[in-house]
Amino acid sequence: MAIFLTESSKVIVQGMTGSEGMKHTTRMLASGTTIVGGVNPKKAGTTVEFEGGISVPVFGSVADAMKETGADVSVVFVPPAFAKSAVIEAIDAGIGLCVVITEGIAVKDSAEFFNYSKDKGTRIIGPNCPGLISPGKSNAGIIPANIAGPGRIGLVSKSGTLTYQMMYELRDIGFSSGVGIGGDPIIGTTHIDCLEAFEADPDTDAIVMIGEIGGDAEERAAAYIKDHVTKPVVGYVAGFTAPEGKTMGHAGAIVSGSSGTAQAKKEALEAAGVRVGKTPSETADLMREIMQGLQK
Amino acid sequence: MVRSRYIPARPRADVVRITIGDVTGSRPTGRRGFVATLGSARTAQAIRRRREDGNESVDLYEYQARDVFEKHGVPVLAGAVATTAAEARAAAETIGARSGGVTVVKAQVKTGGRGKAGGVKVAKSADEAEQLAGEILGMDIKGHTVHRVMIAQGAQIAEEYYFSVLLDRANRTYLAMCSKEGGMDIEQLAVERPEALAKVEVDPNVGIDTAKAQEIVDAAGFDAETGARIVPVLERLWVVYRDEDATLVEVNPLVKTTDGDIVALDGKVTLDANADFRHPDHAALEDAEAADPLEAAAKEKNLNYVKLDGDVGIIGNGAGLVMSTLDVVAYAGEALGSKPANFLDIGGGASAEVMTDGLHIILGDEQVKSVFVNVFGGITSCDAVANGIVGALKALGDEATKPLVVRLDGNNVEEGRQILADFNHPLVSIEATMDGAAQKAAELAAAAK
Repeated sequence: MAIFLTESSKVIVQGMTGSEGMKHTTRMLASGTTIVGGVNPKKAGTTVEFEGGISVPVFGSVADAMKETGADVSVVFVPPAFAKSAVIEAIDAGIGLCVVITEGIAVKDSAEFFNYSKDKGTRIIGPNCPGLISPGKSNAGIIPANIAGPGRIGLVSKSGTLTYQMMYELRDIGFSSGVGIGGDPIIGTTHIDCLEAFEADPDTDAIVMIGEIGGDAEERAAAYIKDHVTKPVVGYVAGFTAPEGKTMGHAGAIVSGSSGTAQAKKEALEAAGVRVGKTPSETADLMREIMQGLQK
Repeated sequence: MVRSRYIPARPRADVVRITIGDVTGSRPTGRRGFVATLGSARTAQAIRRRREDGNESVDLYEYQARDVFEKHGVPVLAGAVATTAAEARAAAETIGARSGGVTVVKAQVKTGGRGKAGGVKVAKSADEAEQLAGEILGMDIKGHTVHRVMIAQGAQIAEEYYFSVLLDRANRTYLAMCSKEGGMDIEQLAVERPEALAKVEVDPNVGIDTAKAQEIVDAAGFDAETGARIVPVLERLWVVYRDEDATLVEVNPLVKTTDGDIVALDGKVTLDANADFRHPDHAALEDAEAADPLEAAAKEKNLNYVKLDGDVGIIGNGAGLVMSTLDVVAYAGEALGSKPANFLDIGGGASAEVMTDGLHIILGDEQVKSVFVNVFGGITSCDAVANGIVGALKALGDEATKPLVVRLDGNNVEEGRQILADFNHPLVSIEATMDGAAQKAAELAAAAK
């Protein structure tokens, strides 16, 4: 097992024929992902050759690609101005998982496609995220597959490079799945969604959760952990030493009701039984300790 | 794409009851939109905003919000911006004609407390408007120099209300907030008397139609007659939010005049710069003035830079990793008296050009005594980053005078370290870990004091 993405996932790439799409499709294929098609209405019926003699057919729509290949995951590299319609198309086609890598999508567009997806059975990850990897099984997005191999740690992170850093720190143990959920104001999959999935995943023994200053997602995750997560969780929050200031400073603070500081997040997480590291390396040490304890 | 930039806090709504006449006694609308404007608090806000918003937001001045409201049919009072006392006089002559010669001269700054600071005054004549504008222009309000004033028409205010629509990150929808008690500190109201502030969820795919607007005014407890007058105004404010790609539209106060009309007396609008492709006119609304010359220079180069008050310059890739780098340097520097000098995220690519621009900005900060380059090669490979550093040092030549501690990990790390080793620059040292490099950079900065 793993969460959201497994060795049987069949992946299509929306925007595969663009430069980012080509580059990362090459990388995804190299890391063993089953990529069954690309989507581009203008290039439907053609095939694209990748390294290692792999040809990937291009379909005119997500619906066509799903019908022909049985695809259940889509990775979106479509430019920001066209991303909303690409995601809506994937939702309408009934794809199970839609991973939106594109950076710079207007918040209104994300708000609209996320709310559209709510009762339609499509999980959205992102936007503006590195995607997710289940090492040794499948890789949907841009997380470098060579950082860490398979193992029994689950990772969820707002930040792309901190995802890579933490996978690197814990490469000796390995990961069941690593999910970069993205830091945009509206994201399709939250810390809580990932915690729930890792808790249910028999191949995950412990969870590392990476947050950042701002908002109250970490506080909400802490409340969730307290009530629903039995597996050990280690946390890291970036931005401890960012000087104190007035957070948000507008009506948003009324909505979230949180100060958003790293200290507030750390306290909330610790109150829920989560051990929080001061630095990525200290966090990794805490996780290593837990994993060693579990093996005894 | 354009990376996030620092945008100062939005203008603040000050309430002036010109019928009372004593503007110094007017109630400030409080801390909403307020940030301490000097030093660290402002920079913390800047870093947070970037991450929270995930993208660039543009806060409008009050006069710009007024214009946007007017464009979409939201009832507003006449108002015009002036940058000189003479312009203020001319505006007051025209605008004052609608309100018995009375106008309000309002400092246009993106910070709070302008009423208390004397930045909002009632003028009974064009002469007085000219004189007051002369006093207010150039005034310093919490570190913000007043470059513009708005000359606004006077109003006979009967009641003050509050309305906003904004992004609700937790619910991933929009949220409308409305109260019969406007004009005051809305954060304080939300804490002290939450029942007086109605909160109504708004579906992004439906918006605020007549039924939703009615639901909002009912939730806020308006009587039927007043509610009926407010409903169409809320519908127009929704059009502002939707059609301008805003993430916040706030009216405080939304007033009922003695004639019973509903008017948006002061507004805050935050626009989403990611949507600029749909709004070519928005570029003109962006504030070219940056508080710090280094930040201004960085902004010009599209670098995500925030000046801090320390001596270890920081360059990294990815906002999360850079924030983490600031933490690690601050911990290492605790015993040594060293602190991070800046936040600089060069993003995924780390070409020689970006590295040169970044180093140029950081070395331009006289406080900087050492520089820590912290890159994890995920998408970018470390050899490209190393070549970037080499290219930057060559381009900078004699300008590069501070020691550079480099930590590289990830793709092609061996090649990257080899390139730097071969380059053998006297100022460059390579460290194997993030913690070790932070320690070294803090020590070098402390030793240079």
